[in-house]
Amino acid sequence: MSEHPLPPGTVAQVTEGGPPLFGLREMELNFGPQHPSTHGVLRLVLKVDGEKIISARPDVGYLHRGTEKLFETETYPMVVPHTDRMDYVASATNNHAFCLVAEKMLGLQVPKKGQYIRVLLDELQRISSHLLWLATAAIDLGAITPFFYTFREREVILDFFEEYCGARLTLNCMKIGGLPLDLTEGWVQRVAEFNATLPAKYDEYEDLLTENRIWKKRTIGIGVFTKEQCIEWGVTGPTLRAAGLAWDIRKAIPYECYPELDFEIPTGKNADTYDRYIVRVAELRQSQRIVAQCCDWLLKNPEGEVRAKVPRVMKPPAGDAYAAVEAPKGELGFYLVSNGGNKPYRLHVRPPSFINLQALPEMARGHLVSDLVALIGTIDIVLGEVDR
Amino acid sequence: MSESILYYGVIPAIKAVVIVLVMATAAGVLTLFERRLLALLQVRKGPNRVGWEGSLQWVADTFKLLFKEDIVPAKADKVVHYLAPLFIIIPAMTVFAVLPWGPEVSFFGIKTPLYAMDVNIGLLFVLAVTTIGIYGVILAGWSSNSKYSLIGGLRSAAQLISYEVPMGFAVAAIIVMGQTLSLVEIIEAQKRMGLWFIFPGLVAFFLYFVSGVAETNRTPFDLPEAESELVAGFHTEYSGFKWSMFFLSEYANMVTVSAIATTLFFGGWLRPFPNVAFLSFLDFIPPIIWFLLKVSFFMFVYIWFRGTFPRYRFDQLMALGWKFLIPLSLGNIVLVAIAALWGKTGLTVLGTILTIAFAAGIFLAFRVPPKRLTVIEKSRPTEVPA
Repeated sequence: MSEHPLPPGTVAQVTEGGPPLFGLREMELNFGPQHPSTHGVLRLVLKVDGEKIISARPDVGYLHRGTEKLFETETYPMVVPHTDRMDYVASATNNHAFCLVAEKMLGLQVPKKGQYIRVLLDELQRISSHLLWLATAAIDLGAITPFFYTFREREVILDFFEEYCGARLTLNCMKIGGLPLDLTEGWVQRVAEFNATLPAKYDEYEDLLTENRIWKKRTIGIGVFTKEQCIEWGVTGPTLRAAGLAWDIRKAIPYECYPELDFEIPTGKNADTYDRYIVRVAELRQSQRIVAQCCDWLLKNPEGEVRAKVPRVMKPPAGDAYAAVEAPKGELGFYLVSNGGNKPYRLHVRPPSFINLQALPEMARGHLVSDLVALIGTIDIVLGEVDR
Repeated sequence: MSESILYYGVIPAIKAVVIVLVMATAAGVLTLFERRLLALLQVRKGPNRVGWEGSLQWVADTFKLLFKEDIVPAKADKVVHYLAPLFIIIPAMTVFAVLPWGPEVSFFGIKTPLYAMDVNIGLLFVLAVTTIGIYGVILAGWSSNSKYSLIGGLRSAAQLISYEVPMGFAVAAIIVMGQTLSLVEIIEAQKRMGLWFIFPGLVAFFLYFVSGVAETNRTPFDLPEAESELVAGFHTEYSGFKWSMFFLSEYANMVTVSAIATTLFFGGWLRPFPNVAFLSFLDFIPPIIWFLLKVSFFMFVYIWFRGTFPRYRFDQLMALGWKFLIPLSLGNIVLVAIAALWGKTGLTVLGTILTIAFAAGIFLAFRVPPKRLTVIEKSRPTEVPA
């Protein structure tokens, strides 16, 4: 690790580009918070030499709402809706991660049917989140058409969510111990039918991008972040897998019914933006397989409870616990400290977006401003989760 | 006396007014055309509320633009900020003077050609005047006193100057074939030879159109106004009427590039195979319609590009221009010049060879099945750290 003696982004780390020409200094460019491609309210203070980035300093906090403090004022069941607002394009996994840690503390076992529905919702959420990612990452690089193709499918998935729980974005679709609702009549059947059409849709996106010369030129070799660097920085999710490490919480620390499901963890080799694209598209295909298996199981086993027997007042014993799920953006974990009361004493979130965002200055150094937008796209951040 | 006033005063004035009005309107209609077509490519509907199927959307947009507040940044260079849109719109409109829309026709007994004038150095005039428009872009970027505008303006300057070179060489190949600089005479030469210059000039056409797309700042070369990087590039700080000047000139330039491509490579107002007698029934379509049809096709290609391609990065754009297009254009000139030594025969032989090579290339390209991503590597069980 001699290549990175100092934390990147610090002034001493910045490579000097020779003596300043004619007394000209590099330009400071304020990138965001109101900029079309910062995916929300990310602000980056760039030092650029021409268009080459000398340093990029993310300035986060524009969307800070004190969510973690807010958790401490709510009883356990009331925390769930607040988790929706973190990664608001993948709220099912947020709910899931919190429910997991609460169930671990309370010692609850979710019934089998509940587990399958949870996984089904998670994977639908992963598909919709990755579709959103694909749309915005492509639009950042100037390809506007994939946006409308992916949103066509995402819309259907959101309709399914709406039918199940009434909300399209902030789902609030899980409860401690299971699920709030049983499935609607015929819902699984329709999800399965839609799911069967997805691979052909994925082919359409790939026709537009995978072998597109300009797309390859813009993404291959951009923002290389190696396996070692990923581990050093705690980067998880598709970025880590694109670097070649098959680390996925669903396989590594299995939860719910994932061990019973047949799926694979796609990995890349080159750790660049193109590999991250490939990994996410491959994950879309894997999620489609998981959804198909969940639908099959639910069609075969329509009867059953969806929620465990839970106490009226939830008071976990004093102590602490950590539980994580594989969110679309990486490892989403909740660390819960309980003092035996009906409210969390402390509930800390390990947000993948925030931790992955730290890698941005390291990835961006030496690239051009145009690549920076590709990199913001490729690490797939949601500012609601970064700032909390 | 009165006749010379008619032919050298009144008629050119009428033509000039008609051309400017028609083009200003056409730019509006083209925005609608673009939006509907793009919507078609993107599985959505596009504007369909104002008028029948959105046909009046562009009128509403125009009025909206004209009545919007004109905002000038506090620290902008006011004079240059005001002049920049003029620098870009005036050349864009001036070029239309020499575009040959159609041959001679007679209105009320007055015989007159369907173009404002036939300049004997028409091609040079087009290249020279369109280049002036670059000043508008650079000055707009500089005078706005915004970093994004500045980067957009600088990108634009480098890009436009680089792509003038292959464009000039591509046009030079046509000059060798037609042995004239006049746009009208180039069309006449294509008629005389019975051969559209696209066939011997296949490479030149490719060069011209790629450079043309780059010159008009359109996808995939829309770096000066790259939305996701520079917000709106050189016109970030413009609004209202001044902004609409940039907008108008972009569409006007697209029409210019399409019209020049039509004139140089696709026989202008000529019908397909102009000397083949048994196709003469096609003459019932007037020449100007042929011309407009061909121009519309290129406009379609422009929009098709926009729906398909991501954006190049700046250094890649420069590399494409200097390392690929310019050497190719130099080679092309040599090739065409050698073929032109044998006159029509040489050009026909070259055209046949290029066409066959092109068709073979397309055929082979479609035989390769598209790649699909499956799982890249079988998943490995990962050890759980203690």
